[in-house]
Amino acid sequence: MEDLWTVAVAVFQLWIFVVVFFITLPAMFGLSLGVTSVYIQILVKLLEWATIRIQRGREEQPSVPAPLPNGIIERAEGSMEEEMEQLRHSRSLEGGEFALSDILYFCKKGLESIVDDQVTQRFSSEELASWNLLTRTNQNFRYISLRLTIFWGIGVFVRYCVLFPLRITLAIIGLSWLVIGTTLVGFLPENSVKYWLSEVVHLTCYRICARALSATIRYHNKENRPQKGGICVANHTTPIDVVILANDGCYAMVGQIHGGLMGVIQRSMVRSCPHVWFERSEMKDRHAVTSRLRAHVAAKTKLPILIFPEGTCINNTSVMMFKKGSFEIGGTIHPVAIKYDPRLGDAFWNSSKYNMVSYLLRTMTSWAIVVNVWYLPPMTIQDGEDAVQFANRVKSAVACRGGLLDLAWDGSLKRGKVKDAYKEEQQKMYSRVIVRQNSISATHTRRDDQS
Amino acid sequence: MGSSSSSRNKIPNAQELMHQTGFSSAHLLRLHDRFESLDRDNRGYLSPDDFEVLGGLAMNPIGGRIIEAFFSSGQDTVDFSSFVRILAHFRPTDRNRNKEGTQQELPSSRTRKLKFAFQLYDLDRDGKISREELLQVLRAMLGLQVTEEQLQSIAERAIQEADLDKDDAISFDEFKKSLEKMDIDTKMSVSFLK
Repeated sequence: MEDLWTVAVAVFQLWIFVVVFFITLPAMFGLSLGVTSVYIQILVKLLEWATIRIQRGREEQPSVPAPLPNGIIERAEGSMEEEMEQLRHSRSLEGGEFALSDILYFCKKGLESIVDDQVTQRFSSEELASWNLLTRTNQNFRYISLRLTIFWGIGVFVRYCVLFPLRITLAIIGLSWLVIGTTLVGFLPENSVKYWLSEVVHLTCYRICARALSATIRYHNKENRPQKGGICVANHTTPIDVVILANDGCYAMVGQIHGGLMGVIQRSMVRSCPHVWFERSEMKDRHAVTSRLRAHVAAKTKLPILIFPEGTCINNTSVMMFKKGSFEIGGTIHPVAIKYDPRLGDAFWNSSKYNMVSYLLRTMTSWAIVVNVWYLPPMTIQDGEDAVQFANRVKSAVACRGGLLDLAWDGSLKRGKVKDAYKEEQQKMYSRVIVRQNSISATHTRRDDQS
Repeated sequence: MGSSSSSRNKIPNAQELMHQTGFSSAHLLRLHDRFESLDRDNRGYLSPDDFEVLGGLAMNPIGGRIIEAFFSSGQDTVDFSSFVRILAHFRPTDRNRNKEGTQQELPSSRTRKLKFAFQLYDLDRDGKISREELLQVLRAMLGLQVTEEQLQSIAERAIQEADLDKDDAISFDEFKKSLEKMDIDTKMSVSFLK
């Protein structure tokens, strides 16, 4: 019994030694031993082999469905006018502007929405073009070949028994260092040393947390990094976005005060650095929120605010409507585009399906998180542009840079109904089709009268 | 940390559904995923409010009627097999189904599509589209964009054209006749990707 105990203690000491010296310390200084990049290269090669093997297997067994990342139906891309023209083509219209068959256009569009729509698709994880050897994305692939199954089995062992404990340890170290460090820094008087120390503490913690997720982050265009007194906006996929962005700079976070562990972290963070946390009651008062943010931005020496204007997590294939509230504060907007590589791990947080804890556990048992971050040049509101147009302009820039689809739908659609303005738009378009026919038939009758 | 692999075993009567509707097993799996994503509370059936959250339907001027036509048999819930059967009406008509010996389905599937469209007009399901019902549909499709007089004249012309037995209403046969030259098959089918 005694021997078992000493062995366990020795193993534990060795474990902590490895973790601290080979991972935590280099992470704090922003250095890397290169292990992660080798790991990712091996993984990518493995997945490429798996893809080829699955394609071969699918040819042999046609009952396995092919993945369809763009939806399950093919939609006609014509406008309403074009399709109505085609519908009427087979009828000769003498006087009637309206044809009973017009309803078929709306019927078909409605049925297509029932089978597949652009919005609901964005709130579930992106479907991969092939299997990435994780159980959760499996669609009966593992029965294709024995070697594939063996690799999958090894993968399960490596991820759950080797990587997962490592990541949990790192996460605990990172978060406790954040709480302790910021509390200590909070005792200092307000001077430049305090700000510098606070930045160091924040940066090192986020770097450790990034290692806890095996995150490989590539930053592009670092010269456009958000400056003090500005507002940073980015597309939102997961709460981890915060860790990804904060690895390369310090931001003032905006959000609601939570209870529990999150609350402890939030309260200690604000001691060393002016984050903007709101009470739940304040969040409902838009005016109060805007004025507090405006005061923060006006003091040009404070850290840039980090805001996610979509308001909710989207699955990283598209960018949805940016809410105009963030764009009414004033100041310079620094857009950032974040794109995750879905092959090695699904970063999207489906908040209706998983809660925070199970989401984090799933992320920590994926292969890795690989992410590209693009800093875009700063944008300001132009003359004659209102907040909504400005928001759309920024959204298009972010979507273009990140290679994401630019959608006009509101992200909160996953919780609520769509506005009537869209229906009015459809009605307007249809009335134009009918009225146009009307004017054509009117000129016909006029000509008949004259002749 | 469970897996989310979908398997054919989760779908009740899969073989029977495939045989009756003509969907392939891959299509059936996809429709099942779609059904589950629409069924937010995991009840196993859908009700009208599950459809109302779809943006594409909410902005469709006759969205409400399409939802009603889905629930046409008097019930207010639809389970997976009914869901699939109704959607099967809108598959492109499969001309090579002789092997199954179901040649009889070919003409009736065109009729089925027309029947669905007819139900969008005929709200009280009495088998005829009255002038009042036509006005209601036109009002839904055009909203406030046209005046009451314009609506009346449009409805008047439509009835005059289609109403052959002059009973001031359009029956299903008259409806069919007025659309007989139309290629219903392509205009009203949803093309599922393989």
